[in-house]
Parts: sequence; structure tokens; C-alpha cells
Amino acid sequence: MGNVVAMILAGGQGTRLGVLTEKIAKPAVPFGGKYRLIDFTLSNCVNSGIYRVGVLTQYKPHVLAKHIGIGKPWDLDRKDGGVQILPPYIGRGDSDWYKGTANAVYQNLEYLEENDAEIVLILSGDHVYAMNYNDLIEYHLLKKADGTIACMEVPMEEASRFGIMITDLDGKIVDFQEKPERPKSNLASLGIYVFNYEFLKEVLSEDEHDPNSSHDFGKDVIPRIVNEKKGNLYAFRFEGYWRDVGTIRSYWESNLELVLPLPPFNLYDPNWRFFTHSEEMPPAYIAPEARVVMSLVSEGSEVYGFVSNSVIFQGVRIGKGSVIKNSIIMTKTEIGENCHIENAIIAENVRIGDGTRIGVGEDARSKLDPKVYTGLLTVVGMNSIIPGGVVIGKNCVIGVDITPEDFKSKEIPSGDFLIKQEE
Amino acid sequence: MRVLGLILAGGKSDKLWPLTKVRASAAVPVFGKYRAIDFTLSNMVNSGIKKVGIITQYNPRSLMDHLGSGKEWDLDRKSGGLFILQPYVGPNRETWYHGTADAIFQNMTILRRGEEDYVLIGSGDHIYKMVYKDMFSYHIRKGADVTLLVKELDETYNLSEYGIVQLDGDMRIVEIEEKPTNPKGNLAFLGVYFMNKNLLMELLYATVPHGKYDLLLDVVIPNLHNLKVYAYKFNGYWRNVKKGIHEYYRINMDILKKEVREELFYKNGKVYTKLKDLPPPKLTSTAVVENSLIADGSIIAGTVRNSIIFRNVWIKVGAVVENSIIMENTVVEEGAVLKNVILDKNCVVREGQIVVDERGIPVFEKRAVV
Repeated sequence: MGNVVAMILAGGQGTRLGVLTEKIAKPAVPFGGKYRLIDFTLSNCVNSGIYRVGVLTQYKPHVLAKHIGIGKPWDLDRKDGGVQILPPYIGRGDSDWYKGTANAVYQNLEYLEENDAEIVLILSGDHVYAMNYNDLIEYHLLKKADGTIACMEVPMEEASRFGIMITDLDGKIVDFQEKPERPKSNLASLGIYVFNYEFLKEVLSEDEHDPNSSHDFGKDVIPRIVNEKKGNLYAFRFEGYWRDVGTIRSYWESNLELVLPLPPFNLYDPNWRFFTHSEEMPPAYIAPEARVVMSLVSEGSEVYGFVSNSVIFQGVRIGKGSVIKNSIIMTKTEIGENCHIENAIIAENVRIGDGTRIGVGEDARSKLDPKVYTGLLTVVGMNSIIPGGVVIGKNCVIGVDITPEDFKSKEIPSGDFLIKQEE
Repeated sequence: MRVLGLILAGGKSDKLWPLTKVRASAAVPVFGKYRAIDFTLSNMVNSGIKKVGIITQYNPRSLMDHLGSGKEWDLDRKSGGLFILQPYVGPNRETWYHGTADAIFQNMTILRRGEEDYVLIGSGDHIYKMVYKDMFSYHIRKGADVTLLVKELDETYNLSEYGIVQLDGDMRIVEIEEKPTNPKGNLAFLGVYFMNKNLLMELLYATVPHGKYDLLLDVVIPNLHNLKVYAYKFNGYWRNVKKGIHEYYRINMDILKKEVREELFYKNGKVYTKLKDLPPPKLTSTAVVENSLIADGSIIAGTVRNSIIFRNVWIKVGAVVENSIIMENTVVEEGAVLKNVILDKNCVVREGQIVVDERGIPVFEKRAVV
């Protein structure tokens, strides 16, 4: 097998995650009680023995860059190879912000060159899955392909959200539809690609000089290879758990799936560990008066209230008499006494005063953005402080850095929002 | 101020048997994810000490595995860092350490080579949280030669197991009675020494070659009149795991009290330990958990009350665990009942087994199958 270098696309904003990505890039969004989304892809790399990893950042990279650091938690702090953050840069010529995923890789061809890449793995930093990339690469080599795309069969009604592959009997891709209205198959691209380096360099250079291209792998590069028969692309069928937690709803659902007795995604597999950079915290404490069922309760948390069907991140405090149901409570958030929180996503470092109720009443259409906030779930952005006794309805949005003074009223009806206006 | 940290972690402890069958007492697991030594080591790091020597002797494998290169304590350094000081065979000696003073004497190089002016000597067996900086300035303010950490012990300690200290009006130590049958007071020495490095070297050269091997009995106590030995009082939580199974059990149960947790986990810096990269603990729909500590990677489907559950433990449906300490990788199968027991790592309690002891605290050694 040739020298493999992985390029993780981690510049995405994740607009459909609303206030959750107000301050951080989508790959830095917390997941599963102690992880951030990029941990899954990084862990898949090292578990597959790939120790040369470039992370392409762009949108709000600070938290992400701090999280990755020199890659210690993933054993990527290496003399030879290791992880390298690749932010956009200004060169002498025309380098600039990354215009698209393909352009981002194009601008870093030098990194691939330096690392003697023979096989390039293009990955997304915001998917949740466990995949041994060696299976994919072996298939790619076996088929003598120029490029191979990992695919999964999805329900036909969801196919129009994906790039759809149409293959011949050998698995060779003969047609490609990007988010088609009428999909010809249900074989969806997972945004995981393997390319031979020389071939990739060629197609990226061509794409770069095409003025009509938006420089995106899914929209431009893959269709061009297939339509103009530039090379042989194969589809690798992946059977396993894979999620693009791109929306608030899917984010909430995939987190809560983890609390099931036999979750579809296994964090507990000793042979496929997920690594993360996490703060050192003592074990979780559950008080005599607490009741916790069907939940993950991470280290550093102290629970005095009732928690069911929820994911509690590290260092969370839940006061006496408070009830948390069907919710995600992120790192270091403190919830006072006698609160009621249902169907909510509460981001990091939030303070909630005593007697506050969140997620109550009838559901209503979002006044902020019904495309992002599709119903039921109330989201509170990071570092916000909610004073005691406030009542917040369903499908509400409380932005980031909200202070008690921002609350003009003790009640926020369903569908309403409270967001700091840009100064 | 540059201070060298030394931690005495070589101790063999019969009182902690069988927990110490496979490890030194400084490496006994406590509070769900820590080892006893994590507290003194973290205290030193939190006090700005950048070079720490760990003196080991008795079965150090577990301890060494735990400490590694010291990276969890930020001690994987080019200058300073973590030094494991094991007994060794050299041209002039082929024996084990004879005592604490001898152990330091045999590692004189770490004292001689460094640029530190002071030495802080602690023990790997003590559970307490402290930033030593005030003690350092106290030492200088008093113009002391040696400063010892002391604490007034209440009735929950057996005073005959400690060194009892008498002071003059200026806090200078006039007498130390090691493990007295009839203690004259309740002020006990906590096993922490702070002194000038060159003085320590001189004292060791003057004693160890003459067959005097104990730092307290042979070096400090005989010199109480020649040296200015001062006491610095510590008022926080302090306990010694080495004092026996009951004391070990009590310490672990103490952490279920809010004020002890606040002090040991959250005050005066963090406690660092070896990371294990395990997922968050999971409580299933059948779980009942009350007043307990649950560490990462554990899955609780049964009932757990007043207990310490370490990492990667599995309590299955219908199992009941009360007032117990369950260490890493242990599985308690369906319907098993455990009350007042300590299970070491990698144990299995078979379906329906009942171990209930109202008087003693049964300890099951590592890899036991009950």
C-alpha cells in the first residue's frame, strides 16, 4: 500500500445547527457526552494506522485548533507525520480563502507533496461513524481505481439530500447526481473519498482553472470525472453507522440514540476507541435524592435532580428537584434547583437559575428561522445566563452570551427567540 | 524559588493486603479513577514544582505504568520532569533501600545535579490537597532549617499510629514521638518535609554511612536541638491510605460527602491522573444510583448505593451494590448482591452470588471470581 495522507475538511460552518455553531466550526460541536465531532474522524484515522493527517480549517477555527493542539490525545504528536492544521493563507499569487472543498485541497497540494502522498483520503470533520479506512483503500487498490467513494444505501425518500451514485455491476460509477430531485438510485455518497495522488492533482488543477466551477468535490469535481470520463471512480459500499449530524433535529436524535440499551453507534468498543482532548475531571457523582435513568452522565458532573433520556456532558451541575428530560446538556453548564428542562439542547457554560422552565407549552413555528429550527426543540447558546423563574416555550432560541439583563420578560413563548443584535 | 520534589513511594504495606499484593501502597486505586500518589504528585505540580523524583522499591510495575513519562502531570519535560528512582545494583552496593534516608542517599545525584535550592519530601500514600507555597514562605520567614507539616488529628485517627509532635511557643518542634503508646497530644507529623537541599545532603552524609537509615528517626529527631525544626499547620482533609483496609475504606467513603469532594477535587488545583479514553458512564432504564461516584466507561443497569464505581465496570440488571468499592474492569452479573465489600480490578461476581458482611470488609483480590 502506498503512503496514505488524510485530509480532513473542517472548515464548515454548519449553518443548519443554528446557535450551536455561532462561535465554533461544525467539527468542533460537542457530541456524545465528552467528544467533539472531529474526534470520530481523527480516531478513525489513527485506528486505521493513518498518522499523516491535515486538517483544513476556515470558519471560526479557534476552539477546533485548541482542541486538536499537537494531536496528543490521538497519538498524532509525532516526529514523522502527525497532525497539521492547514488554515487558508495568503501567498504571493492568488491564494485566498478556501472557495470550496476542492479548492481547499488544491491550495494544500504542497502539503501532500511534502508528505510524499501516494494515496489521499479526503474526509469530513463533522460525521459520526466508525470506519476502518484500510477496507476502503484495499478495495480502491483491488479495483485499480483512480478514485473511490464510500457510499451507503439510504432510504429512497432521503436520497435527494445526498450525492447519488449509479454503478455498474463491478461497482464502477457510471453516473452521478448531486442532490437530485428524482434520484436514480439510493446509493449515497458519504463524502469520504480515496484518490491516487497524481490523479487528484490533475483533476484539482483542471477544476481550479474552470471559471464556472464552485470548486466543490460533490458539486464539481466528482460530476466532471464521471461525465467527462476522466478516470475510473468506484463506489465502496459501507455497512455500518454513519451520520451527518447536519441539523438540530438529527444532532439531538443521534445524541439521544447513545443512551439506548443497544445503541446503533457503539462508543464502548474496546477495539475501536474514540479519543478526545478532554479536561481532567473526577468521576460523576449521583446524589442520594437524585434519580438518573437512560442517560449518559459524564465525569465531573454532580446530579442532585432527576435525569432521563438525556446526555449530560462533563462538569455539569444539576440542582435538587430539577427535572431534565430528552435533553442534551453540554460541558460545565450549571442548572439550579427545581428547574424543568425538556426537549432542549443547552450549550456549554450556560447558567440556569432556580425554578426556570424550558421546553414547556405547545409547539410553534420558529419566528427566527423555521428552516433551521424545525420544531419541538429549544436551543440555548453557549455562555448564556438565564435568570431564575423564567419560562421558555418549545422551539425557542436563546442566543450566545445572553445575560439576565437581556430578558425583558419572564416568559419566552414557543417559537420565539432572544438573540443579541450585532453592534 | 526552585524546589525539588521527592515522593516516597516504595512502601510495602501488609495492612492493605491483598490490595498491595500486586502494587505498592502509593499505587492503590482511590475515588473511582485515581491512585493514591496522584494527590501528592498533583500538589507538587500545582505548587510550581517542575522536577519530581519518585522513590520506588516494592512492586513498582503498577506505579510505573501509571506514571509513564509523567505527561498527565505536565512532567514530560526537557529540563526537569519526572524521575523514577529505583534501587539499583552498582559497583559499591547490591542491596535494596534500607530506609527513607538511605533511599534518598542512594539517589544523591538527583540532589547534587539540580539547580534547586530546596527539597520538598512527601509520601505517595497521603490523600490531601494543598498548595505548598505558603509553607515555603513560612519556612523562610521563620529562618527554619527544616519545616514539617503537622495537623491536629481528631478522634477518628488512632494517634498511636502517627508521629506526635510537641511545640514551643514559636511553633518550633521540641519533641517528636513516633507511634507512642500513650500519645501526649494530638498534633501529628504528616510526613511532609521541607528543607534546604544542601543541608539535607550534609545530614545524609553524616548519618546514612553510619547505618542510620530512617529520615525521621535517624536524621530529623536526633537533630531537633541542633537544627531549627518548625511545624507548619495544615487544617484540611488529610488521611493516609497505608494505615489499613478500614482506613482505605473510610477514605473512599468520605468522598461521597460534598465538602470532602469540594476540597479534594476542586480546591487548590486539579488532581491529575492517567487518562484512559473511555466513553461517559451510562445508566440504563433499570438503573438505580444513589449517593455514588461513577467513573467513565461504566454501564450501570442494577442498583448502586453509597458506593465507588471505578472505570469500565459493568453492573448488570438486578444486581445490587451497596457501601462497596468496585474497581476497574469488574463485572457484577445479574442478581448478585454485594454489601460492604471491596473488589479489586478485573473481578467477576457471578449471577446471583451474595456477599454481605455487616462487620468486616471483605476484600477480593485482583482477578477474583466470586
